[in-house]
Amino acid sequence: MEIGLIILAIMLATLLGWLLKQSFNTQPWVAEAVEESAYQAPFNARPKLVALVTFLAVVSSFFALILSAYALRMELGDWIPMTEPRLLWANTVILILASAAFQWTRNQAVRGDAARIRSGLLVTGALTIAFLVGQVVAWRQLYAAGQTLTLNPSNAFFYLLTAVHGLHILGGMYVWLRATARAFGGREADAVKQSVELCTIYWHFLLLVWLVLFGFMLAT
Amino acid sequence: MGYVAIADRDHEEEHHDPDTFITKYIWSQDHKVIAIQYGITAIFVGVIALILSAMMRLQLGFPDTFSFITPENYYQFVTMHGMIMVIYLLTALFLGGFGNYLIPLMCGSRDMVFPYMNMLSFWVYLLSVIILLASFFVPGGSTGAGWTLYPPQAIMQGTPGTDWGILLMLASLGVFIIAFTMGGLNYVTTVLQARCKGMTLMRMPLSVWGIFIATVLGLLAFPALLVSAIMMLLDKTVMTSFFMPAISSMGQVPENYTGGSPILFQHLFWFFGHPEVYIVALPAFGIVSDLLSTHARKNIFGYRMMVWAIIAIGGLSFIVWAHHMYVSGMNPYFGFFFATTTLIIAVPTALKVYNWVLTLWEGNIHLRVPMLFAIGFIFTFIHGGLTGLFLGNVTIDLPLSDTYFVVAHFHMVMGVSPVLVVFGAIYHWWPKITGRMYNETLGKWHFWMTFLGTYAIYLPMHYLGFQGVPRRYFAMGDTDFMPASAQDLNAWITIFALFVAFTQILFFVNVFISLKSGKKADPNPWKATTLEWQTPDTPPKHGNWGHELPVCYRWAYDYSVPGYPDDFIPQNVPPEEAPAGRQHGVAEH
Amino acid sequence: MPLAVVLILLVVGSLIFHVLSPWTFTELASNWSMVDFTIDITFWVTGAVFVAVNLFMAYCVVKFRYKKDARATYEPENKKLETWLTVLTSVGVAAMLTPGLFVWAKFVDVPEEAHVVEAVGQQWHWTYRYPGEDGKFGEVDAERISNDNPFGMDPDDPNGQDDVLVYHPEAHIPVDKPVKWLLRSKDVLHNFTVTEFRVKMDLVPGMQTFQWLTPTKTGRYEVLCEELCGIAHFAMRGAVIVDEQEDYDAWLASQPTYAELNARPGGNAAAGAANYAVCTACHGQQGEGLAPLNAPKIAGQDAWYLRNALNSYKAGIRGSSSDDTYGQQMAPMAATLVNDAAVENVIAYIGTFPDAPAPHTVDGDATNGKRSYRLCAYCHGDDGMGIQALNAPRLAGMTDWYIERQLTLFRDGVRGAHPTDFYGFQMSFMAQSLRDEQAVKDLVAYINTL
Repeated sequence: MEIGLIILAIMLATLLGWLLKQSFNTQPWVAEAVEESAYQAPFNARPKLVALVTFLAVVSSFFALILSAYALRMELGDWIPMTEPRLLWANTVILILASAAFQWTRNQAVRGDAARIRSGLLVTGALTIAFLVGQVVAWRQLYAAGQTLTLNPSNAFFYLLTAVHGLHILGGMYVWLRATARAFGGREADAVKQSVELCTIYWHFLLLVWLVLFGFMLAT
Repeated sequence: MGYVAIADRDHEEEHHDPDTFITKYIWSQDHKVIAIQYGITAIFVGVIALILSAMMRLQLGFPDTFSFITPENYYQFVTMHGMIMVIYLLTALFLGGFGNYLIPLMCGSRDMVFPYMNMLSFWVYLLSVIILLASFFVPGGSTGAGWTLYPPQAIMQGTPGTDWGILLMLASLGVFIIAFTMGGLNYVTTVLQARCKGMTLMRMPLSVWGIFIATVLGLLAFPALLVSAIMMLLDKTVMTSFFMPAISSMGQVPENYTGGSPILFQHLFWFFGHPEVYIVALPAFGIVSDLLSTHARKNIFGYRMMVWAIIAIGGLSFIVWAHHMYVSGMNPYFGFFFATTTLIIAVPTALKVYNWVLTLWEGNIHLRVPMLFAIGFIFTFIHGGLTGLFLGNVTIDLPLSDTYFVVAHFHMVMGVSPVLVVFGAIYHWWPKITGRMYNETLGKWHFWMTFLGTYAIYLPMHYLGFQGVPRRYFAMGDTDFMPASAQDLNAWITIFALFVAFTQILFFVNVFISLKSGKKADPNPWKATTLEWQTPDTPPKHGNWGHELPVCYRWAYDYSVPGYPDDFIPQNVPPEEAPAGRQHGVAEH
Repeated sequence: MPLAVVLILLVVGSLIFHVLSPWTFTELASNWSMVDFTIDITFWVTGAVFVAVNLFMAYCVVKFRYKKDARATYEPENKKLETWLTVLTSVGVAAMLTPGLFVWAKFVDVPEEAHVVEAVGQQWHWTYRYPGEDGKFGEVDAERISNDNPFGMDPDDPNGQDDVLVYHPEAHIPVDKPVKWLLRSKDVLHNFTVTEFRVKMDLVPGMQTFQWLTPTKTGRYEVLCEELCGIAHFAMRGAVIVDEQEDYDAWLASQPTYAELNARPGGNAAAGAANYAVCTACHGQQGEGLAPLNAPKIAGQDAWYLRNALNSYKAGIRGSSSDDTYGQQMAPMAATLVNDAAVENVIAYIGTFPDAPAPHTVDGDATNGKRSYRLCAYCHGDDGMGIQALNAPRLAGMTDWYIERQLTLFRDGVRGAHPTDFYGFQMSFMAQSLRDEQAVKDLVAYINTL
C-alpha cells in the first residue's frame, strides 16, 4: 500500500497545506468590510479547471491503488514476470506525439489561430486513436502468443492496467470530440480555447500515468 | 472569467426557468430539488434497511420462532442492511442530500457550479439503488457475504447469492461511485470557486467544512472500493487470481485459482472503509456544531480548532485502516503502527466533543427539537467514541473483535449518532426547505423514543460482546461460556429494536402533517446567522438570491455579541451596522 | 430540565449496569490476564471521561437553559483551556495505548518452548494436526486435498508420516504448557476463537497464521468460528480440551498417525457378511430397509457416513436419548461390531449391495419443498447425493419416511443435542426452518424427485 499512501499523502499534503495557509493567523470572528483583493478565487482559477484537477486527483488515487495492489501481489509466490510486447514502445512514442500535438494545438489556441487549431485537433485525435489501436494489437499479439489474462497474475495486472488506462483515454476522446465539434462549428474562440486547454492537461496527465504504468511494468 | 463572475453568473447556458412539473421536480437542475430527491431516495432505502434489521433482530431475539427467516435470508439481510445503511443511506444523504442543499445556500451561491452534472449524479445514484434492490429478485437472491464482501467466501459456493447477487452488488457499487464522483466534483468545486464575496474559508459554517472535507475523503477513498470491486469481478467472472488463493472448496479444487491473497482485498477495502466512517461522521460533526451554536445562542467554541480538527481527522483517517484487520492474519507487527495512529485520532475527536460541550457553557439554551437531537448526538457519540478506544487498542481488540461489542460500537458511533444528526438537521432546516413548521410535540416524542430506545439497544449489546457472543451468528444454540440469561438480553434488545423502528413512524407522521397543514414558517425561525436563513424567499426559489448575491462580512457565529441589541448578527450584515465581535485579549479593530 | 435528568440517569444507570449486570467477561482460562488488565485501565480512563463530560453537559443544560432576560457570553476561543484539554487527552490516550502495545509485543513474540498444533478450518468444520514425534509437520498442499486425503498431505514427505491427524472438531492440549496454534484454511476465511483464552486470529487460505497462549485451567472450551464463512458460519463449532499432561499423552497416543491411516487395511466384504447377519432382520438381505421394522435403506449410502453413524451409535452419541426410540433400538445392534475392523468389514459388505431407489411413501407438495431445499443444497448438493467434504450424507434415493423422521428429530432437538455430536448440532440448526409437519413432508417429497 506504500505507493497508494505516498501519492495520497502528496495530494492530501498539498490540499491541507493550502487550507492551513488560509486559516492560520486569521481571526474569523472579526467582521470586516469586503476588500475585493482579499477574496480572489483560490488558485485564481476557473471552475472547470478546478473540477478537472480534482478529477485528476481521483484518477491518481485510482491508479496508485491498483499499483499498490500490483506491488503487494507481486510478492506472493506464484508471480511470473510477463515480457511486455515490443509494440508498447511504439505505442508510447505515439502517445508522446499525441501529447505534444495537443500542446502545439493549445499554443495555437492561445494565439487564436482557428485553422491551425482544427488541424491540430485532427492530428491529436488520429494519434490517440492510433495509440488505442496499437494497444488492442498488443493484446492480440499477447493472446496469439498464449499470454492470456488468467495465465498469471502479472498478465492479469497487465490487461487490467492497460484496459483502465485505455478507458480513461476513451473518456478523453469524448471530450476531444466535443472540443473538435466546437472548433469546427465555429464557436467563439474563448470556448474553444478553454476546451483545448483542459484537454491538453488531461492528455499530459494520461501520458504521465502511462509512463508510470509502463515503467512500473518494465521494471518488474 | 473571474471568480466573482462565476458566483454572480447568470446561468444563461444551463438554467431555464423551471415551469413545468417535470422540469421543476423531476429533471431539475436546481440543487435544492436534487437535494430533496437524494434525501427521499436515501430515506426510502434506509427504511428498507431498517425493516431488514428488524427481521434480523426477530431471529436473534427469538430463535426457532420465525421459521421464514432461514440462515440464507439472515445473511442476505445482514449484508444488505449494512451496505444500504453505510453507503446508500448515510453517504448519499449527508453528501448528496445535505451537501447539495447546504453548500450553495451557506456559501451564498446560486447553485452548484455544474448543475447538469449534479442532476446526472442523482439519476445515476438512483440507478445504483435500483440495481442494488434488483438483487433481491434474481435467482439465488442477493449476496450474503457480509457488507465487507470478503473473498473468497463472497464469490464461492457456500455463501448465498454467489451467482447473481454478488455481481449486482459490485455493479451497483461501481455505479454509485460514478454518481458520487460527479456529485463530489461539484461540491468541491463549488466550495472552492463559487463562494459569495467576503466568504473566506474561515468564515464558512462548520457544516460546509465537514461536508467539504468528507467529500475530499470520498473522492480519494472510493477509488479503493472501485479497484477492489473490479478485481473481485474479474476473479469471479474470468477466474483471475487477484484475491483467490489455491483452495479446496466443498470437495472440489477450482482449477484456475492460485496464489492470490484475500488479505490484499481487505487492505483495499478498508483503505476505503475507514475513511468511509469519516465521510459519514465529518458532515455530522459540522452540522451538529451549527445546531448547537444556533440553539445555544452562543458562538461555537474554538472555531479554528474545530476546523483544524476536521482537517486532521480527515488526514489521519487514511493511515488507520488496518485497525479493522488486527486479527485478519496480516503481519502482526503492523499492529503497533496502526494502534498508535488510531489512538492519536482520538485526540482531535475528543477536542471536538469538548468544544461542543463548552459551546453550551454560559449559553442561553433553547431545547427545541433540533437541539435535543444535537445533545443526544453528543451523548451517543461520546459513548461510541470511547468504546472505539477499546477496539483501536490492538490488545483489547483480541478478545473483542468479531463480537457484539464491535456491532454495538459501530452502531453507536456510526449508526445512531449520525442518524440523530440527520433527524436534528431535518427538523432544523425543515422550515427553510418546506416553508412550514413541524409539530414540536411530535418531534420531541420522536426524539425521546429514538434516543432512549437506541441506548436501550446498544448499551447491553456491548456486554454481550464482553461475554464473547460472536457477531454474524444466525443462532447461538447451547454454549458453555454464555449464561442462559444472555438470550434474555438478546430478546430485550430485539424488543427495543422493534420499538425504535416503529417509533420512526412519528417522524413520517410529523412530515405528513406539516406538509398538509403545518404553520407557515418564518424565514428565519431560529434567528440564525448563516446565509441560508437570509434568502429573500422561503423556501428559496431557483437561483436562491433574487437579483443580488449576498455579501459576507463576518463569520457564521456572531451570536450574543456584546453591545448589539439582537442576540445574533447575520453574516451579511455589514460592520457599519453592527459591531465586530470582540474577544478578551484580542485587539479591537 | 427533563433532558438533564435523563442524561444524569443514563450516566448513573450505565455505571450501575456495568457493576451489577451478570454479563461480563467469561472466566479467564489462559495466561492472557494482561489483556484483561489493559481492558481495566481503559475502562477506568474512558469511564471517567464518560461520567465527567456527560455530567458537565447535564449541568450546562440546566444551568444555562433559556431564560428570557439571559444572554450568552461571547467567547470565540480560549487557547489556554484548549491547550490543557489537548495535553490531558494525550496523556489519557498514552496511558491506554502503552500497556496495549506492551501486551501486543508479547503476543507477537511466541515463546520458543511452545509446542505446535495446527488447526485446519474448512466450511464448516474444524480439524487438527499434531506434528508427531519428530516435531515437524509434513508438507501440505490445497491441490492434493481429496476425500481420501482431507489434509492435503504430501505422501512422500518423511516429516509428514508421523503427523497425527484428527479429523474431528475436538482438540486436546496439555495444561500450563504454552501452545502455538498454527492456523490454516482450506477454502475461505475463518477465525479460531476460544472465548476463555482471550485471543483469536483469522485463518486465511493460501497462508498460515498463528496465535499462542498457555492454558491455565483444565476443562472443555468451545471453539467458535468468528469470521463470516458462509451459510453455516454460526454452526461451525469445535472444542479444545485442556488436559493434565498424562491424560493428554494418553489421548495423543490413541490417535492415528498419517502413516498408520494409510496402512489401515480396507474392509473385507466377505468377513463383513458374517457381521451383517444381525442387521439382516431389520435392514433386509440387500440393505433395502424394511418400513414395518423402522429400518431405513442402507444400500448405496456412502461408506464414510455409515462409519460415522455406526461409531456414533457405539459411542452413545446417537441413540442415547429416550425420545429417539428407534435410535435406542439401533445402539445395541451397533455395539455388536466389537472393533474398527468389524465396522469396516460390514461397511464393505453393504457396499456390495445393489442400489435400487427406495419406494416413495411420503406425500407432500414438491414445489414447496423445492424452496426449502435451497438451504439443504448448500451441503447435500443440488442432486441430493451428499458431499463428503461437508459431512453431508446422500439423501436422493434413500428411504423417505426415515428422512422425514430424522428431520423431525433434528428440529425438535432430540438428535444433535449430544455435546460431541458436532454434525448433528449443525443439522438441528438447519432443521429449524421447517415450520411444521407439512413443511417436512413437502421437503421430503421434493427429495423424492431428485
